[in-house]
Amino acid sequence: MTQAVLSNDQSNITSYAPFVDTLDSNECQIYLFVTGATCAACIQRIEGTLLSHDYVSYARLNFSSGQLTIRWIGPQSKIDDLVKSIRDLGYGVNYKQQKNQKDETESFLLRCLGVSAFAMGNIMLVSIALWSYDTAEMGVSIRDFLHLIVAAIALPTIAYSGQPFFRSAFAALKHGRTNMDVPISLGVLLACIISLIGLFEHQEHLYFDSAVMLVFFLLMGRYFDARVRQKATSAASSLLHMMVQVATIETTDGKTEIIDARNLRPGMIVRIANGERIPADCEVLTGQSEIDMSLVTGETLPVAVKEGSNLYAGTLNIQSSLRASISKPAADSLLADIVRLVEKAEKGQSFYLRIADRASRLYTPFVHIMALITFVGWYMAGLPFMECLMRATTVLIITCPCALGLAVPVVQVLAVGRLMRMGVLVKDGAALEKLSSIDTIIFDKTGTLTYGHPILLNKDQISSQDMKLAASMAISSRHPLSLALVKSYDGPLDDIQVTEVPGSGLQTETGIRLGRAEWCGVNSKSTQENQFIELYLSIPHEHRLVQFLFQDEIRDDAPLVIKELQNQEMGIHILSGDREAVVKEVANKLNIESYDANVRPEDKVRFIETLKENHKKVLMVGDGLNDTPVLSAATIAMSPSSAIDMAQNAASIIFSGQKLWPIIEAYNMAKDSQIKIKQNFVLAIVYNIFAVPLAVMGLVTPLIAAIAMSSSSLIVIANSFRLRKGKE
Amino acid sequence: MSVLLFLIPLALLLGGIGLFAFFWALRQGQFDDLEGDARRILIDDDSLQK
Repeated sequence: MTQAVLSNDQSNITSYAPFVDTLDSNECQIYLFVTGATCAACIQRIEGTLLSHDYVSYARLNFSSGQLTIRWIGPQSKIDDLVKSIRDLGYGVNYKQQKNQKDETESFLLRCLGVSAFAMGNIMLVSIALWSYDTAEMGVSIRDFLHLIVAAIALPTIAYSGQPFFRSAFAALKHGRTNMDVPISLGVLLACIISLIGLFEHQEHLYFDSAVMLVFFLLMGRYFDARVRQKATSAASSLLHMMVQVATIETTDGKTEIIDARNLRPGMIVRIANGERIPADCEVLTGQSEIDMSLVTGETLPVAVKEGSNLYAGTLNIQSSLRASISKPAADSLLADIVRLVEKAEKGQSFYLRIADRASRLYTPFVHIMALITFVGWYMAGLPFMECLMRATTVLIITCPCALGLAVPVVQVLAVGRLMRMGVLVKDGAALEKLSSIDTIIFDKTGTLTYGHPILLNKDQISSQDMKLAASMAISSRHPLSLALVKSYDGPLDDIQVTEVPGSGLQTETGIRLGRAEWCGVNSKSTQENQFIELYLSIPHEHRLVQFLFQDEIRDDAPLVIKELQNQEMGIHILSGDREAVVKEVANKLNIESYDANVRPEDKVRFIETLKENHKKVLMVGDGLNDTPVLSAATIAMSPSSAIDMAQNAASIIFSGQKLWPIIEAYNMAKDSQIKIKQNFVLAIVYNIFAVPLAVMGLVTPLIAAIAMSSSSLIVIANSFRLRKGKE
Repeated sequence: MSVLLFLIPLALLLGGIGLFAFFWALRQGQFDDLEGDARRILIDDDSLQK
């Protein structure tokens, strides 16, 4: 699912050779990202096809992450044949940059968890004997022997598996703060020290098993938490790492060379073929073409460019090839400017405090104070020093936030996993929390409420003969309107030679024109004002003109979704950079009263900031590059998977498919998960209300502590599983 | 009770072997692609041999 959500298009990359690594063994290696593999047969087809080439020495597809590793002997350029052979099988292939350093946290936690699970099992084995017979039956020497074995297992385990807590606690203390890990570390360490002293003093009860169990349960919570975060960040970073491009440059001796676009420098001459993305901001030297600027401006219709025009990185050349001179290195491009705007907006929301952190802020001092009171109280009451320390440690252990540590991560893992199966990718752990609190939703129009590409409206009024003619002409162009025309016609096509006139339209040898109103001899000023996009077909020898009307269509389930949101008394606005007439039409159809047209990105950001100043929690749903700063400014943002990479990176939640309904699903899931988290906290607090007074009074033996602790954790986990299933 | 001197080290040894096997599997990358391995069982061995 993740891979499908994140598939993005690198089909304009002409060669993957610049990305190939050469290994020590003289082999070439590349990591690719494969989309569309769904079953064992896919793995077999992909690997089998690659290995059928004699020079390929290794091919392995990681099904979970979609990563394909290929090694081969021979020139680097062989990779293009290999990529083509996979594409020919019908799978998507993209290059993916490798992360510089692998994130080790998750596997380290898993190792710690493995060690503590092993230790817990073996200690239990021995503990059963210790708890089921009293000393009179067993004899002191046997009991001490068993205690010694428990200590021999427990101490190294604590030293190894406790590391995540000790490190974090140490780091917090170094900066003069405390966190949840401080009482945990203190409790575990004190328990070990007291038990060790107890061991030499031949005491009856020791705390080693409690300490190990504590570490095990807490590690489980940590591991879940890390997995959610890892999944979220790997989704986000794989997007970032896929934003690579190659450029064809002219070298000084007149030859061409393909290089990695990040190595472009100002003054280099690049050739941009039809259908390629502009690699960096540049100025046209020769050639005329049309550029699809939708990535930058959100505009549906392309813009004509000629010599001297400026091109922006990331936009798409859709007509004829151009020669251009790079004006800024890739890092200074408009795209990079927008990235900086996004970063600025993101800083504004880093003050958000997660519910778990808020809970631990209240909890940590409480635990410390309770333990201290217990110690001082009993010491003043005249108990020996060791006994007081023992009781204070019991308080630390029994209040230890096992249940609290599991309360949030377990619910999150379940909610994020279930949403992912519904096609909603949650990238950020706090996202569900934020989403559950929203009261205002702002929609972008193009690509969000609508499908984002024009659809022919008046097909019924056009004769099939004209339709055939127009579609046959349009087939040779990549203009969005041409594509829409061809898509809406499903008969056979004639073979017609046309020339493309940049900025105007298409013309045949016999003078038939398909294009803009003025170019086809229509002088209609009024057409600018209506909500349609027009295209004309003029046939001079028949003195006929045919009008084609296009409109960006509203998503099928948009009315339903809007109605559902209005039922939940959510404030809804449309903010769009498009023309007034178009926005009004959409707003009326969807029954939305509040809308703004012709809004620039800065105004959108200001609009949201005003709302936030009025204590509104804003969800922004948008997909374009022009929405990106706005997405970051909102309390939380969602993007459809059709959105461009930048928008997907700025949004915390991405939903796939042609429908808007996932917004409702995600919102309901967010609300339900927050309810479950709060219930879990209540359960944990109720447990403490009963357990803490007993511990303070010194009535809790290590056995009771161990049972109480694990049962509270299990209750919290069971409660989390009551989370709504949702439709798949 | 001298049987304990024999049984407990044996229990620890068996547990230790399990733990070592887990670490070995982790290092070998056997947990890297759980879903893919579940499906690879359906692929005939000889079809991917080289």
